[in-house]
Amino acid sequence: MNPAKPIMALGRHVADQTRGLGEFAVFTGRVFRWLLTDATRWRLLRPQLYEIGVRSLPVIVITGAFVGMVLAAQAYYQFESVGLGARSGSVINLSVLKELGPVLAGIMLAGRVGGALAAELGTMKVTEQIDAMRAMGADPIKHLVVPRFLACFLLIPFLTTYCDFVGILGGYLVAWGYGVDPNEYWRHSANAIENWDIFAGIFKSVFFGAVIALISCYKGFRSRQGAEGVGRAATEAFVASFMTILILDLFIVLFLQGLYEALWGRVSIFI
Amino acid sequence: MSRTQTHNGPRAAPGGAERAPGGAAPKQIVRLQGIGKRFGGHEVFRDLTLAFFRGQTTVVLGQSGVGKSVMLKLILGLLKPDRGRIHIDGTDITDLSERELAPLRTRFGMVFQGAALFDYLTVFENVAFALREHARLPEKQIREIVRQELALVGMGGTEDLLPEELSGGMKKRVGLARAIAMDPEVILYDEPTMGLDPVTADTINALILMCQRELQTTSIVVTHDMASAYRVGDRLVMLHEGEIIADGTPEEIRRHPDIRVQRFIHGDASLTAAPPG
Repeated sequence: MNPAKPIMALGRHVADQTRGLGEFAVFTGRVFRWLLTDATRWRLLRPQLYEIGVRSLPVIVITGAFVGMVLAAQAYYQFESVGLGARSGSVINLSVLKELGPVLAGIMLAGRVGGALAAELGTMKVTEQIDAMRAMGADPIKHLVVPRFLACFLLIPFLTTYCDFVGILGGYLVAWGYGVDPNEYWRHSANAIENWDIFAGIFKSVFFGAVIALISCYKGFRSRQGAEGVGRAATEAFVASFMTILILDLFIVLFLQGLYEALWGRVSIFI
Repeated sequence: MSRTQTHNGPRAAPGGAERAPGGAAPKQIVRLQGIGKRFGGHEVFRDLTLAFFRGQTTVVLGQSGVGKSVMLKLILGLLKPDRGRIHIDGTDITDLSERELAPLRTRFGMVFQGAALFDYLTVFENVAFALREHARLPEKQIREIVRQELALVGMGGTEDLLPEELSGGMKKRVGLARAIAMDPEVILYDEPTMGLDPVTADTINALILMCQRELQTTSIVVTHDMASAYRVGDRLVMLHEGEIIADGTPEEIRRHPDIRVQRFIHGDASLTAAPPG
């Protein structure tokens, strides 16, 4: 075996990944250029708002509610063992608002919408609909990507808020079922949660919505021929969106914590 | 039936002002010069030089995979050649950006192999697409143009249907209506009769001829359907392994001495010599 072969393979892989990143950057640049220079028509945006927003609600509601309930079930026993059952609300609701609500809403959107966007655009590519659009002197990014991007970007804060709301409600119902005093539960929650926490969750969700739309549309545009190519594009769109959400979450959390400390100093629920 | 509106500027009469005096060769509208194109390890074109003339219907023949559809996409700038130059009306478009190509593409109409209708739009919205994008006409006028185009291809009354509700032949007709909506100078047809029954295929051929007659366009048709080629073509060009092996009138091609041409036009791979006469 040629000893240089693995090195050559690694080099090819790195070159391919770098080229892919460059193409993604150009794709993103074209999306933002249209966003800044051309008003998206309501006719194009409306069906995407319905598909991405309204039709995602059931899955978001179920996810949010059960996450809140499971979290309450887990937290209550730990807190109750030290006689602080009523304080579990602060941890449950902080977790839902700051992390679980936005991240899970993002992941559910990546699964339900991201895969569908990649499959839809991939099918349009392999059936030459994207070429047909270009052949008529129209930019497929303007007509196909920008409305989908806007719908994801604009609606994810609302979906996250919805997820937060049902998560908090689900957590409360379980705590109430365990006999926690509702007044104490909400009082401790209100003491622990600041407007900043609500803002932090919503703020990061906007980035999640943007990357889901960009990655999924890009994967659809890059779909290979045939049913296998489209299926692969849908899978890649979900996996890449999922990983990007988790990585992005870390950096946004670090940024927001740094910003908070700079503005108001360090604060903890235990202080 | 003829249309009243034009929305892509004045067009020269075919074979009229554009033809040189004294019956000389008509003016070139598209020229491919020394084109090389490769996909991975597969070389589609090595050194293809081919011109298309204003007002003519040129049929490009060749086996599947010979690069006929690639050639159409090169003409529209949907694909870039690895080497060689592409000229439209004397202008070199090879290195133009997507943005620079957009106005040029409105001078072309293309009928795709599978029609490529936008499946999220109705028939009306498909045909109106380019008009809404470029023509800046009032909606009422767009409605009237779309109605005329659909009537021209025998698809009147289907405005509100979705592509999934149409048969293969109907899709091709709507695809043709969409291609001619902007009054293009050149119409490119990618396998217009593929997958259609003989009667429907003949209807499509009749529509191609009608477009040529009524709209006075230049047509480039790629096909491997010889019946269609003889019916619609003024000039037939045959590609084989990335090169032109025959170029002439339908009658010249019918009597062409090259055995590869004869095998193709007779659909008989076992032919060893050109049939007499």
